[in-house]
Amino acid sequence: MQVRLRTQVITFCALGDSALEIKLGSASETGVLERIQVLASALRKETALWIIDILPVYGTVAVFYNPIKMPPGTASPYEFACTWIKALAVKSGVLARRTPTLNKRAKPVEIPVCYDKSLGQDLESVAAKAKLSIEALIKLHTSVTYHVHAVGFAPGFPYLAGLSSKLHTPRLQTPRQKVPAGSVGIGGDHTGVYPFSTPGGWNLIGQTPLTLFDITWDSPALLHVGDQVIFKAISKEEFSIWK
Amino acid sequence: MEVKIHKAGLLTTVQDLGRTGHRSSGVPVCGPMDTVAFRLANLLVGNNETTAALEITLLGPEIEFSEDRLIAVCGAQLSGIEVNRPHLIKKGQKLNLGACTSGVRSYLAISGGITTELILGSQSTYLRGSFGGFKGRALKQGDLLSLGKGRTLKEGLAKFYLSGSPIPPYSSALTLRVTVGAQHSEFAAGLFTQSFKVSPVSDRMGLRLQGKALQRKVSKELTSSAVVCGTIQVPADGQPIILMADAQTLGGYPQIAHVCAVDLPLVAQLKALDAVEFSLIALSHAHELLRQREHEISLIREGLSERFYFSA
Repeated sequence: MQVRLRTQVITFCALGDSALEIKLGSASETGVLERIQVLASALRKETALWIIDILPVYGTVAVFYNPIKMPPGTASPYEFACTWIKALAVKSGVLARRTPTLNKRAKPVEIPVCYDKSLGQDLESVAAKAKLSIEALIKLHTSVTYHVHAVGFAPGFPYLAGLSSKLHTPRLQTPRQKVPAGSVGIGGDHTGVYPFSTPGGWNLIGQTPLTLFDITWDSPALLHVGDQVIFKAISKEEFSIWK
Repeated sequence: MEVKIHKAGLLTTVQDLGRTGHRSSGVPVCGPMDTVAFRLANLLVGNNETTAALEITLLGPEIEFSEDRLIAVCGAQLSGIEVNRPHLIKKGQKLNLGACTSGVRSYLAISGGITTELILGSQSTYLRGSFGGFKGRALKQGDLLSLGKGRTLKEGLAKFYLSGSPIPPYSSALTLRVTVGAQHSEFAAGLFTQSFKVSPVSDRMGLRLQGKALQRKVSKELTSSAVVCGTIQVPADGQPIILMADAQTLGGYPQIAHVCAVDLPLVAQLKALDAVEFSLIALSHAHELLRQREHEISLIREGLSERFYFSA
């Protein structure tokens, strides 16, 4: 199913028999991230019983549905959901030519990072590969406003886009069994932060004392798709005080 | 009212029907692997279907009761108990559950349910995240679980038996029905033309299958995208993985197909070296099968609802 309304295209794809994926383009295209957020937020405001969960990721929004909870007489739960969502997308301006504006003030979240080889085992190798001094690497990593394109892998783990191409570094051949919580890493063209100690294959360049995931928060992740992030370098002393 | 765990069994966890609504924060759903057996066990003791119960894996626990309680076990057959019917466990009695003799996972529902803290709206245990359930972990010897207010049967236990239940017979060679995944057309034939073996390296996150490697005809890398319980993803080695209850919310591997929701309880009961084949069905057929299953469960729910009352 494909609908073209002015310039924004929306496509639907089944994700098994209890979910579907709405595609609005690539997350790096102008306006797509905003449209994704507007659609996800419009879906969240709805109280349709058949909607179970909403997951924005890159240029898509996945909607998890219960085919049994659809209105009585629904012939095709999938078609019903697509039509319903399409109407909501039109109503909420997701498909309009002009990029819809977000209600949320886009204030970047500042993440303090101690860039030190004792806290980022791959700091030197990433700098060497990029032919940069450690200082230049830190400057480059802290000079960009990043966008959260996805949250997943582990609870609260943000995939941040916007990394300088000089710092793009392939993932480790063999992932580490244990990456310390708070580790800031580079995986391909993304940077990210490990909220927990987990196995991981990203190149570690530092560590933040900030908590990125807490089950006592209403929304347990600090960062969500569409949020902006900046990194700020802190000293080892500041890091230990913060901790 | 509490119950005391004398032996924990192999992997016994507290689960309710899962933690939904937090996928955007990267939180997996968890909950029972076999949702049908879980729901029926609850219905048989007068509980709501979502009430927290125990998921038992391969070997059951030994539990002491400090008060009379109705219990039921559904799912895999366990030595030491008749499944699919309620039993009355007396005060001071130890319920000793043995090993699974068919399938892998059984559900022990206790009337009144197990009371634990709600984490993000759910009592389900997330083992990797160490939260939910009982202290975020599998049960251990000596644990004390508190229970909610139990119910009592109006009539004798003898009249209770779940016959012709919607629980399909578990088999060590079965065919799972699937719908197509987004990258289905990128693969050469292979998913439907062979039998796969279940790898011993399978857990609540997913079942790993072994067979003739599935060949992807394109080498394009994918950006991570949403996955569901039942998604069959194919890593570079061509050996498919069926994602299950504790799977992460995103996947970066190609998705060749998705196991239909109606067959997920069968996946939950597969053990190492069992044989699996796949057959493709239309999405509309998958929905129809699910509707039939829910109808069967609703008949059981209605039949049982009149037969319990709250004890003082």
